[in-house]
Amino acid sequence: MGIQSGNMQSRLGKWLIVAAAGAAFCLLAVMPSSAQAPAYKAPKTKDGKPDLNGIWQAMNEANWDIRPHAASQGPVYSLGAAYSTPAGLGVVEGGEIPYKPEAAAKQKQNYTDRLKLDPEVKCYMGGVPRSTYMPYPFQIVQGTNTMMIVYEYAGAVRVINMAAPTKAPADSWMGWSNGHWEGDSLVVDVTSLNDSTWFDRAGNWHSDQLHVIERYTRVAPDALQYEATIDDPKVFTRQWKMSMPLYRRMEKNAQLLEYKCVEFAEEVLYGHLRKQPLKGDSK
Amino acid sequence: MRRHLLSSLIALVAVVLLVSAPVFAQGAAQSQVTAKPAPAAKAWTMPRTPDGKPDLQGVYSNATNIPVARPANLGAKEFYTDDADKAASAATSGRGGRGGAARPAAAADPEGNGLAVHYDTSQFGLGGPTVKRAASLRTSIITGPEGRVPALTPEAQKRAADRRQFQQEHQWDSAQTRPLAERCVTWGFEGPPMMPVGYNSTLQIVQGQGYVAIVQEMIHDTRVIPTDGRPHGPAEIKRWMGDSVGHWEGDTLVVETVNFEPRMAIQGNAVSDAAKVTERFTRVDADTVLYQFTVDDPKTWVKPFSGEYNMVHIDGNVYEYACHEGNYGMANNLSGARATEKK
Repeated sequence: MGIQSGNMQSRLGKWLIVAAAGAAFCLLAVMPSSAQAPAYKAPKTKDGKPDLNGIWQAMNEANWDIRPHAASQGPVYSLGAAYSTPAGLGVVEGGEIPYKPEAAAKQKQNYTDRLKLDPEVKCYMGGVPRSTYMPYPFQIVQGTNTMMIVYEYAGAVRVINMAAPTKAPADSWMGWSNGHWEGDSLVVDVTSLNDSTWFDRAGNWHSDQLHVIERYTRVAPDALQYEATIDDPKVFTRQWKMSMPLYRRMEKNAQLLEYKCVEFAEEVLYGHLRKQPLKGDSK
Repeated sequence: MRRHLLSSLIALVAVVLLVSAPVFAQGAAQSQVTAKPAPAAKAWTMPRTPDGKPDLQGVYSNATNIPVARPANLGAKEFYTDDADKAASAATSGRGGRGGAARPAAAADPEGNGLAVHYDTSQFGLGGPTVKRAASLRTSIITGPEGRVPALTPEAQKRAADRRQFQQEHQWDSAQTRPLAERCVTWGFEGPPMMPVGYNSTLQIVQGQGYVAIVQEMIHDTRVIPTDGRPHGPAEIKRWMGDSVGHWEGDTLVVETVNFEPRMAIQGNAVSDAAKVTERFTRVDADTVLYQFTVDDPKTWVKPFSGEYNMVHIDGNVYEYACHEGNYGMANNLSGARATEKK
């Protein structure tokens, strides 16, 4: 009996050690997986939809070039290191944009002439998806049958129709957005985008045949995963996709401010028509 | 033994995963309150958002035939007695007011110099009878016995005179000296206070958690107004549309705005750093939001003034007005001015 009892104790002890080891293993296994998309359950709004409300911003270098790129000299020598291009890993899945040959040549020309051609220089609205990863915050206001996405840059705004899909009467800079929920993801079908916006400062471009399908998914309390599937048969040989996390602006007083940039672009757009030309190129 | 240990471990992992998964899911479920559909009732009841606030969401027209200032012949009469009275009075005062009133271009621009008319709105189907307006017997948007914007303070008169002189001397010098609306910086009507214009008098309200967002079709000017009790931002940050914070007083959304960019004009007069605008949004029936405002800027007007009009729900959308992107008029005007100088 005594022997048996000792045996039991020892077996219990061993079981406890195994249990402790197992628990530790599980914690290690569970913790990282909860940071990945499938394990995280998005908090819901009061009407039961994943809650995407918030002020969000990208933290990457897609603004300069959505493809992988090394650091490089900026387009204006006098601005030196302050306005040069930081290196970036890129956000295009697979790293490469499947341009048709003539479209690839146009991108190179766009890059060469970017000071003249980049719509951002002119304070033109950023379009979709570029507005998402410009270095400015944007805010999602999640209404009952509509969502509004307001971008600080150029005060651009999109109203996403969450009811039965509707059609655009004409092309526009920010396109026409119909949204729906797929599980915990907001899926937005964006059509009727004009051909005047770019993807980045590197001159990556599209035509008026651009069709973007965006997915916004909460993956952590303060992060969204953003995906954009890009289709444009005039410019690309196949569909391609970009993806990146977007982060919540966590400052207690975070808010969208005003970046009405028209005034900042008037000299570059209309300076040659001045009565008295400005001397030099500095304020 | 080894096998035994391994199998215990696997079993344990499975148990913990099974236990932890519902825990995560439960956490999410607890924060979720089932939406209650509004009870069907014949009498109109205030629709509410899932968090219980009055639901102001929708697309509205704020086009109106009511003039900002009351026609002088009406004295202190704030309301017409009925539609017949209104029609008779409009015929004698000879004006339809702002808000897309159909008016022949020749009457608005008697000298035919093209300066008084931006667009003939009826020609483009932008105004006139095509635009839905809320019915109203008001004689003027500005309320009270005077029914007009009060007199400017001496300081504001000097500001306005200086600005006029600068404009006269420099109006064709550069884009930067052209009027703000022509530059697509602001039309000045987007406010606050939001004032009806000749066309594009369309706006949309979306309510999210802790915010009310208002996009106006006029040059896509948008305000995202926090309603979470935060104070205004730092006074150093001036904005064209000001710095708006909101709160609910009963079923009325009250929005207070300060920190205006000093070149922003309300009713044609640049405001001062003391300007404060208070707006009140009250949904009064299925189709109508009563919009009320008070402008208080003691450095600009001798006393505060208030106004109100009804915004009416419309079917359809707010469309993109890419004003700056399509502003070929600016280059044309300036090159015209340069060409004239060479003559």
